[in-house]
Amino acid sequence: MNESRYWIAERRGTLIAIAVFLAMFVIYIANHPVGLTANVAQTAANKGVLLAFVVVAQALVVITGGIDLSVGMVLVLTNCIASWIVVGTPMQTGLGVLGVLGSGILCGALNGAIVIYGRLQPIITTIATGAIFFGLALILRPYPGGSVNEDLADAMTGQIFGVVPTSLILLAGALLVLWVPFRGSPLGRGAFAAGSSEVAAYMSGVPIHRCKFAAYVLAGLFGSLGGLFLTFYTYTGEAAYASGDGYTLWSIAAVVLGGVSLYGGRGSAVGAVFGAFTARTIGDMLFVFDVDALWQPLLQGVFLVLAISIGAIALLRVRNRLDWFE
Amino acid sequence: MPLLTMEGISKRYGGVTALSGADLEVEAGSIHAILGENGAGKSTLIKVLSGVVPADEGRILLDGKEMHFASPAAANAAGVVCVFQELSLIPELSVADNIVISNPPMRFGMIDRAEQRRIAEAALARAGASDIHPRALVKDLPLSRRQMVEIAKALARNPRILILDEATSALTAADVGRIYDVLKRLRSEGLALLYISHRMNEIAELADRCTVFRNGHNVSSYDQGTRSDAEVIEMMIGREYSAAFPERAPVPADARPVLETRNLGWNGRLSDISFTLREGEVIGLGGLDGQGQRELLLALFGVLRGLEGDILVAGKPVNLTSPAAARSEAVGMALIPEDRKTEGLMLPMSVRQNLSFAALDRVTRAGVVDRRQEQQLIDEMVRLLAIKTGGLDLPVGALSGGNQQKVVIAKWLMRAPRIILLNDPTRGIDVGTKQEIYQLMRKLAAEGAAILFYSTDYDELIGCCDRVLVLYDGRIRSELAGEELTEHALVASAMNLDDSVAETTA
Repeated sequence: MNESRYWIAERRGTLIAIAVFLAMFVIYIANHPVGLTANVAQTAANKGVLLAFVVVAQALVVITGGIDLSVGMVLVLTNCIASWIVVGTPMQTGLGVLGVLGSGILCGALNGAIVIYGRLQPIITTIATGAIFFGLALILRPYPGGSVNEDLADAMTGQIFGVVPTSLILLAGALLVLWVPFRGSPLGRGAFAAGSSEVAAYMSGVPIHRCKFAAYVLAGLFGSLGGLFLTFYTYTGEAAYASGDGYTLWSIAAVVLGGVSLYGGRGSAVGAVFGAFTARTIGDMLFVFDVDALWQPLLQGVFLVLAISIGAIALLRVRNRLDWFE
Repeated sequence: MPLLTMEGISKRYGGVTALSGADLEVEAGSIHAILGENGAGKSTLIKVLSGVVPADEGRILLDGKEMHFASPAAANAAGVVCVFQELSLIPELSVADNIVISNPPMRFGMIDRAEQRRIAEAALARAGASDIHPRALVKDLPLSRRQMVEIAKALARNPRILILDEATSALTAADVGRIYDVLKRLRSEGLALLYISHRMNEIAELADRCTVFRNGHNVSSYDQGTRSDAEVIEMMIGREYSAAFPERAPVPADARPVLETRNLGWNGRLSDISFTLREGEVIGLGGLDGQGQRELLLALFGVLRGLEGDILVAGKPVNLTSPAAARSEAVGMALIPEDRKTEGLMLPMSVRQNLSFAALDRVTRAGVVDRRQEQQLIDEMVRLLAIKTGGLDLPVGALSGGNQQKVVIAKWLMRAPRIILLNDPTRGIDVGTKQEIYQLMRKLAAEGAAILFYSTDYDELIGCCDRVLVLYDGRIRSELAGEELTEHALVASAMNLDDSVAETTA
């Protein structure tokens, strides 16, 4: 096998995710009454980026071989916090943003500490911490309300040069500053290694605790970026239980769409982002086809199954049945 | 002064004493072999030395200084590096990622991928495995290639003491030769090598000094060549060593064919495989590892899709689409897999559950498992195979390697199979258990079972099989039987050489 085929093999999951998104998005735009205008792109990007932050957070935990059922509640909690503190003068607003991101880091650190040092299973740990995060959110915002620095919010959800959605730049920036260095560092490699085979990583002298902890902390940070962006998008804070759980479940579907292995050890944030965009497009698809609202959840489910099947198509070509179990 | 001294090392796991007062001295610039049956304490000794488990008592001295290794990383830092029998490679990462995993080269705070590539290529070359691409994912490599990566990875850490724990058990004959050269070069560079192997010929070829372990402590240390094989084996098992392979009676000419293949082919990895396996016959599969032996066994057991050619059972063509079909009453096939930990056993489940798993349908009455009948079958098997357990309800993962392998075999024997496929069943298990498996194979054959036996050990093939099919590049290169079945002929065929060439070069 030559170098370029290795290059493709290493990125297979991500490339499939991009292809699936493009296919879905083309169908969506082709049937859109207005077509691809700057405003349509802006709306699609804002909704996509919002989910993408949560999905990247989920992907970070899934790569270590875990799962984060609290990720939607981190979003809800940081949204409520932001609706109190991301206000006032530019200086105050800036400190408020740091406060929101810091609280996301704390959420991630709490999950990581319990899972790694307390040796509890991620699935049950994050159900419990998710309830805690929601409880805090509810105390902060018993009723929807609050506000946000509207200049900043409009800038972040608007357009640059009247064409490019700012939110895409924000997401790309976050990946460049956070994901790329993590992926290239020994910490990141250790997180992948721990997800692929924790025993082998330990035996190789990898500091697996530190590596996994870093992934959980980063996941918390991405969750709070989502919470912050939600506040920019809605101008308010709301402790919405159903919406938090919705984000959590869609984040799991989207990491799979993004080519991240639920068994751990394989995947990329870029794939996760396109998984999120695909998931959003599935949700929006039904508007352009003008489907009765009653039918929407059912059809969304059908579309989701179809989209995930595309990634699984390779299994039809399997000639050794043992490959099914890998 | 010896480079490494271990004094009075003891280790208990719960009530089981794995090591009691074990001593070991290893000189720099030498290869020191450690011998002993499974359960003799070799693995525990290695785990203590490489920082995987702490000793309860005793001291480890390196250059006369006392060391405390809290983790494998700490041992690595002191220059003690282990090539584990249970592979320490990370399947989803590339070969190069794995080789530098414990100490990646850094540049601007990130891993320097160009430098990493260079280190990996150098380490692979040093291990004599330049054929492995540094970007290949470990999970896509066959077992023998993974083992070479494991050795390259150890070398990349510049060890002072290199421990090889059954490091050659999965290797092909060609790789073993290259590894010998590598190990001898390392010895001349002044490294101390601790070499653990069940293969006596390897120890004869490599070791300068040997230490024999039995029941958790060292019973004897001697310079290689001063003890006969029989003496060494007696020290290891503490009893007289009987003839290595059981007697066998010739298969009667009128024995009925049980399994037949005609021009079997698959996906370019198998082609034109035709043979007939008769009642009471043991056919060996030889050749270098990875020449299609595993694929052939999987094809017969209904795992592969898109087969060409025909498979006949008892003279009738069959179309096996799953292991469930292959093991059915009508076919009666069993496969003892290569990797007992992943394909053979469910490690956290009890010995009892593992034993009866493949035969549950035989002890089920109206949808419910008949516990009494199950127990009866289990008792029979535990007796037949002399499985040593601390209790049937312990997790099977707690048994020694040899006893785990017995459980895998027993689980299939419960179905009383007529066709038994064995995929290298004696790899990495002790001499005593190997003996028992050989005896068992002959016994089953004598009772009428037809056995197809793949082994990487040439002695085993010669000693156990009525005929041997040597595979090369997915084809049957030659069939050897009777007088022609010699180590020379096996090696020559495996390397795809003419017999005459092998005779003159050997």
